Amino acid sequence: MTALLVAVGGAVGAALRFLLGHLLDRDLPVGTFAVNVVGSFLLGLFTALSLDEQLLALLGTGFCGGLTTYSAFAVQTHARGRRGALYAALTVVVALGACALGFWVGQA
Amino acid sequence: MTPPLPRLLAAVALGGAVGAVLRHAVGEAVPDGSGFPWTTFAINVSGAFALALLPALAAVRRSRTLAVALGPGVLGGWTTLSATSEQGRSLLDQGRPALAAAYLLGTLLTALAAVTVASHWSRPEEQAAFAAEEGDR
Repeated sequence: MTALLVAVGGAVGAALRFLLGHLLDRDLPVGTFAVNVVGSFLLGLFTALSLDEQLLALLGTGFCGGLTTYSAFAVQTHARGRRGALYAALTVVVALGACALGFWVGQA
Repeated sequence: MTPPLPRLLAAVALGGAVGAVLRHAVGEAVPDGSGFPWTTFAINVSGAFALALLPALAAVRRSRTLAVALGPGVLGGWTTLSATSEQGRSLLDQGRPALAAAYLLGTLLTALAAVTVASHWSRPEEQAAFAAEEGDR
């Protein structure tokens, strides 16, 4: 049952990531950047809300995990050479900040 | 022939479900624990390596549907930046900034090194074609 919830969340998250990348990724991967930041915010929020196991499997492990991507982030960074350093630093720092913000909102 | 967007989305969704379930299963079998999150680290580094390897596969170069099912689908579902952010946040919250920095920077540098190595198996034009087909999302 838990695996099914992870699968459903992962399917929706991955499709949404691809759609936003399709619409927004250009020279700078704005869409991929956005899903990584939003997914990190949501996982921080869900963690603070102490969701029950099933809901966390669907929304956290499944949806947030499917929405965000480290593989594309790394490949996009590598392909952009020196400009990739800025993209990588921005993603890691802003996603971490968004996660902390989400956690803070969830605790309030 | 370019497959229509709904078909690409369906392929990504299917692959994403598979990748997320695999990540979940590995996380259950080998939990991250309270120190350096080695399991998530290994998931992200292996996923980055595999994504950079895809342009080397003839079957992936032939089929855009397969490219997005495996890249943005399976490997996008397998890897996670949200869990990495949350683990970094949690380590900072526990007053372990050095470990948080080592984890976040260590994941980034190791994943980039893995991509560099995997890129040796395909030509730059094959990598560019893979990106143009949105395999790198």
